Amino acid sequence: MSAHPSTYEPKTGIERWLDARLPIVRFAADYLDLPTPKNLNYWYTFGAILSVMLVVQIVTGVILAMHYVPNGDMAFNSVEHIMRDVNYGWLIRYIHANGASMFFLAVYIHIARGMYYGSYKAPREVLWLLGCIIYLLMMATAFMGYVLPWGQMSFAGAVVITNLFSAFDQVIPGLGTAITTWLWGGFAVGGATLNRFFSLHYLLPFMIAGVTVLHLWALHVPNSTNPTGVEVKSKEDTIPFHPYYTVKDGFAIMAFFVVFAWFVFFAPEALGHVDNQVPANPLVTPAHIVPEWYFLPFYAILRSVPQKLFGVLAMFGAIAMLFALPWLDTSKVRSMRYRPTARWFFILFIFATIGLGWCGGKEPDDMVITLGHTANNDPTGFSVTWLSRILGIYYYAYFGILFFLGIYEKPLPVPASISTPVLGGSAMPAGSVAQAEKKG
Amino acid sequence: MVDTANAETHPGGEDPSRRDFIHIAAVTGAVGGVAALAWPLVDQMNPSGDTLALASVEYDYGKVPLGQQVSIIWRGKPVFIRHRTPKEIAEARGDDHAAMPDPQADAARVKNPEWLILIGVCTHLGCVPGFGGGAYGGWLCPCHGSVYDTSGRIRQGPAPKNLAVPDYAFTGPTKVKIG
Ligand code: FES
Repeated sequence: MSAHPSTYEPKTGIERWLDARLPIVRFAADYLDLPTPKNLNYWYTFGAILSVMLVVQIVTGVILAMHYVPNGDMAFNSVEHIMRDVNYGWLIRYIHANGASMFFLAVYIHIARGMYYGSYKAPREVLWLLGCIIYLLMMATAFMGYVLPWGQMSFAGAVVITNLFSAFDQVIPGLGTAITTWLWGGFAVGGATLNRFFSLHYLLPFMIAGVTVLHLWALHVPNSTNPTGVEVKSKEDTIPFHPYYTVKDGFAIMAFFVVFAWFVFFAPEALGHVDNQVPANPLVTPAHIVPEWYFLPFYAILRSVPQKLFGVLAMFGAIAMLFALPWLDTSKVRSMRYRPTARWFFILFIFATIGLGWCGGKEPDDMVITLGHTANNDPTGFSVTWLSRILGIYYYAYFGILFFLGIYEKPLPVPASISTPVLGGSAMPAGSVAQAEKKG
Repeated sequence: MVDTANAETHPGGEDPSRRDFIHIAAVTGAVGGVAALAWPLVDQMNPSGDTLALASVEYDYGKVPLGQQVSIIWRGKPVFIRHRTPKEIAEARGDDHAAMPDPQADAARVKNPEWLILIGVCTHLGCVPGFGGGAYGGWLCPCHGSVYDTSGRIRQGPAPKNLAVPDYAFTGPTKVKIG
């Protein structure tokens, strides 16, 4: 997989026998022994956290499928049955439902880390693209999973998201309708839709697992980036993955699980919506529908555009920008640590995305700053819609700014190697660092 | 296509040789076979026969008082049957020539002005609008704030079209058949 030569030596007869037939132990041993940049910080532990979350979701999901009934008339009650009657059903379901949120929390930090440290730049474009594909698959999986409890929010979510495709009616009349009818298996969202979503919700996580294998493969060709953005130059720059990063990742996973457990045991419904405790009813849409928190920024972009087709395009475009990022950022310097201007734009980008998420949770006519009232006492002023427009424009602009910044920005001097800033650049005397290294 | 490229790059390929013929035939057969098999796999997602068979519903609207509406289900979608007040009718007609995204006269949207029959699906992204919201005395969609007037025409917000009028016929003194 990587250029690094295998150091595995089978010791026992059985190991030698197996190694000659299926070198799977060698594969695992080389993986653990992989020389990894020695300066990875905790932002780099989210990849491991994500792998663990995928396993958690698949295990709990397979169990839930043993008790859930994907039928329009029975789905809601079968979820109640899981919550009340199945032994520990409440626990398994709360782990699964909150696990989705934790999964997205981790993936957003993982993506942001990649954007800050320039992990998408050559020669890691394919690695980045595979990550984007995983993210798309995650969104599809989460959306379909959210539909399964068949409550009012599940239903409204299914209606709105599938109807995004009806925007194609504005391109070729009838095309959008044909697509939505095909997706629904009827003239509206109904039992047939639920049943197919269940099937796909079960399938997609295994596709995520498959793409994750490719993602790791692509990772182990050029190996991991690191906070300096300087490639590994010599053996001095690296430490073996095991035990150094197995321990570091393990610690991060435990810390992450503390947060996860807090949600599961103390606030299991905090990220949900009460309306989803009402069985799906096609005759009424709840007064305030919002998607799950992890979709809110995109939802805000969709809502901020007054025209249907362009709203849908703006929303999908926001995700498409991520795919184009490796070719939009023209700077030769990988890590934003050495890009004094770009890092400010990056921080603004993070704030803009969080701000969009906040807007997505509000009503479009809510006021951010109220300036007065109309005759019928509606507030006027600077509305959520306008804030979303400004933030949405910045979201897009960021990618263009990166393009020009790469040409005009004057980066700070980049260290010659990973070891240079550690040994020479810190306030500590060089000797003490070197010693710490020997001990570590 | 693979087969043409193959035929052209064949060394000294003046006439298709026996081997070229086998390549072309095999690839064509494989592509045709896969395509023929793919269609059933795709088409199974379309509405099934029993879903298509639910073509129409009948409703007795005699009990709907003036200024009220009922929602019934037709083909899985809500249908509003609204008993309009004279004021609503007047407002709807009065706005016939107002600027709107999808202009249509009220008369073209009803068979009997007292009874407005609409598919209760917002033309933006499919939520069910609620009556009594918005600035035009009609419906307000809770999802992204599209506003419809007393004729179900889109007046404000992201929806591109008026609320659709289904095919219907009055079949008795207080009976309507939708579909
Ligand atoms: S679905 Fe009605 S406004 Fe979007």
